[in-house]
Amino acid sequence: MKPKVATAWLGGCSGCHMSFLDMDERLIELADKMDLVYSPIADVKKFPENVDVTLVEGAIANTEHEEMAHIIRRNSRFVVSFGDCAVTGNVTAMRNGLTLDEVLERSYVQLADVTPQIPRDYPTIAELMKQARPLHELVRVDAFIHGCPPTADQIWFAVSQLLEGKLPALSNVYLRYG
Amino acid sequence: MAILTLTINGEHVSGKDDESLLAIAQQHGIRIPTLCHLDGLSDVGACRLCLVEIEGSPKLFPACTTRPQEGMAVSTDTERLRRYRRIIIEFLASEGNHQCAVCVVNNHCELQNLSYETRLTHVSVPYLYPKKELDASHENFIIDRNRCILCTRCVRVCHEVEGAHTWDIAGRGIACEIISDLNQPWGTSESCTSCGKCVLVCPTGALIEKGEAVAEMEKKTDFLRYIVNARRKREWVNVDSDEE
Repeated sequence: MKPKVATAWLGGCSGCHMSFLDMDERLIELADKMDLVYSPIADVKKFPENVDVTLVEGAIANTEHEEMAHIIRRNSRFVVSFGDCAVTGNVTAMRNGLTLDEVLERSYVQLADVTPQIPRDYPTIAELMKQARPLHELVRVDAFIHGCPPTADQIWFAVSQLLEGKLPALSNVYLRYG
Repeated sequence: MAILTLTINGEHVSGKDDESLLAIAQQHGIRIPTLCHLDGLSDVGACRLCLVEIEGSPKLFPACTTRPQEGMAVSTDTERLRRYRRIIIEFLASEGNHQCAVCVVNNHCELQNLSYETRLTHVSVPYLYPKKELDASHENFIIDRNRCILCTRCVRVCHEVEGAHTWDIAGRGIACEIISDLNQPWGTSESCTSCGKCVLVCPTGALIEKGEAVAEMEKKTDFLRYIVNARRKREWVNVDSDEE
């Protein structure tokens, strides 16, 4: 049976996933070696059980991310912080010096093109956490892929290693913040 | 001045008694990681990255401010030192706001390079995300205290080389910060000569030129050697005179 791989998009810009797609023709090779069971680029609603490897993009910025991070940890053998926002908080955490009111005011009122208003009374919208945090501050993380975004080569190396059941020992070539 | 013999990592080396262990190691091609040290400036032992072990002492010593002794046995690269150096970088990362991805000196940053050298995969202590001020009041330069690691290279180059002493440190502990003159906006400083030496010696993106975008700025510190050499050799003195 092929290893089950998931990717998740939490508090990030999706750039890490774009870089994943940048693996180009190597994706075809990957498709032979693994089953993509959950991902923003796959139409699956519920995070499955018994996943072998999950790549998590983005910081933990709201209550939905928090809940998702715990579900991912419970259901995955290897959890990988995928890109600088998951590893350090990075750009997502740049708001951490501000209060939530300041953040919302800036985003939804000052920078709004039309109908400036702060979305408050919508129970379907996840609540922002006071600070965005790196993934490993919330759940145990087994490996880290750096970069903003990580390069396709970095991702290829890490995923190939993980599919062989190995934790990627990232050489300095792939240890690269920013 | 006397020449002493000692060992570094088991290798016999010799050095002058008024040189630092760091200088002697460098002369023999032995790399010790540094951050606050810069050739041409005084050493203050602030960053602790150059800590070394000396046989017979349970303490660790900063190589940049420790003098050699005859027969001293120094270790620069033990498992313990490697771990401590990584923890130092973790503390520096957690006590500032270092988003490499949006930094002007991305890929040319000494802190970033040391995080690779110490193989820092992630920061194991909680990030503090402190609130720090950015001052863009100077005509040409910006100080972004989010990226400052308090190495004090800017303070020393301004005082020791430029002779202006615009920069200093205010506050204690976690509240420490670099200030200009009497803690006023840099642009209003009366002592600053706008020479830009502080910007060039800053190891991170804390001091930068205006108008540079992400990853655009590469700092060159060579100029310091020329100035310090010229001063030592008194190159400004008339070459025809009898003075040395």
